[in-house]
Amino acid sequence: MVTLRYSIISCIAGLLLLSSCKESPKLPIFGEREAKTVTRADGTKGVDTVYQTIPAFSFLNQDSTPITNATFKDKIYIADFFFTTCPSICPIMHRNMKAIYDDYKDNPDLMFLSHTIDYKYDKPSVLKKYAEKLGVDGKKWEFAYGPKAEVYKLAETGYLSTVIEDKTAAGGYVHQGYLILVDKDRRIRGAYDGTNDEQVAQLKKDIPVLLAEYKK
Amino acid sequence: MRNLILCSVICAVFVLMIASCQTADNLERDMYYTNGRDIYIKHCQNCHGAKGEGLAALTPPLTDTVFLKANKQKLACIIKNGLKGEIVVHGKSFNDQMPPNGTMADIDIAQVIVYITNANGNNQGMYTPAQVAADLAACR
Repeated sequence: MVTLRYSIISCIAGLLLLSSCKESPKLPIFGEREAKTVTRADGTKGVDTVYQTIPAFSFLNQDSTPITNATFKDKIYIADFFFTTCPSICPIMHRNMKAIYDDYKDNPDLMFLSHTIDYKYDKPSVLKKYAEKLGVDGKKWEFAYGPKAEVYKLAETGYLSTVIEDKTAAGGYVHQGYLILVDKDRRIRGAYDGTNDEQVAQLKKDIPVLLAEYKK
Repeated sequence: MRNLILCSVICAVFVLMIASCQTADNLERDMYYTNGRDIYIKHCQNCHGAKGEGLAALTPPLTDTVFLKANKQKLACIIKNGLKGEIVVHGKSFNDQMPPNGTMADIDIAQVIVYITNANGNNQGMYTPAQVAADLAACR
């Protein structure tokens, strides 16, 4: 009798353990957050966490058409900062991004956004040529051109990524080589060094995890 | 009988030892190759790739053995002074700028040339700093 009871208890414990494992892993949410009083859908008031989001932006893409946050509505996207004549880290960043782009060519839920930080030279026509040479076509990967103040502020406050114009650096600009993963609610869910193979591999693992969050 | 076996084993070991010895030329080439690979990783790999595969239509690959052979005397100038204008590699046109590496010493250039012209399917042997100096003097 005692052994029967034990076996039942251990069975239940086992089931509980198994079911607790079903909770799928989630990526962390980066940036500032604050508690705010919000009005719920049913009209009652309550306190909720408000996360930092990518601020509204409006730039020209490689086809000289405007792109805004609305372009990336209901998409997760990978953003980075680069310039076309970059002699150092950009080629390897875009080599890695291109590999992910090729992997997800047929998945409409993932997009790519590369901001140029060379506001003097990288006009949309230059970006277009660059995109073509990289083998990127269509609307899945946007290359954004904008005024220095807006792009640099967006990098620093929006994407928590540093961009500096520096005449002494090779190519004239200093920037961090992060590939930044943004979810459908415009929140930063990961930042990966685009020049580091291990971190790029982690990004490749994290994309399906983030996509799965929105599957119902 | 045992002595015979022992003797033949020792003989075989000696023969193998002598056969595995590198000639002085090969040793020097291998040293240049290894150092050249380190320089390549630092200065060239970002664009030209870990296997010399290049980057799409932006950066030409280093796997066109015919191109590298035909243009061997120009390599030092290209590495030191960069490259502008159209070139055709593997039948594809490339027309972007390669940045110069003006601070590279002749021996560094020689080492990286030995690496490039012996890796990724190439097999052109040794290249000396003296040859690099002569090539650089003739740069246009």
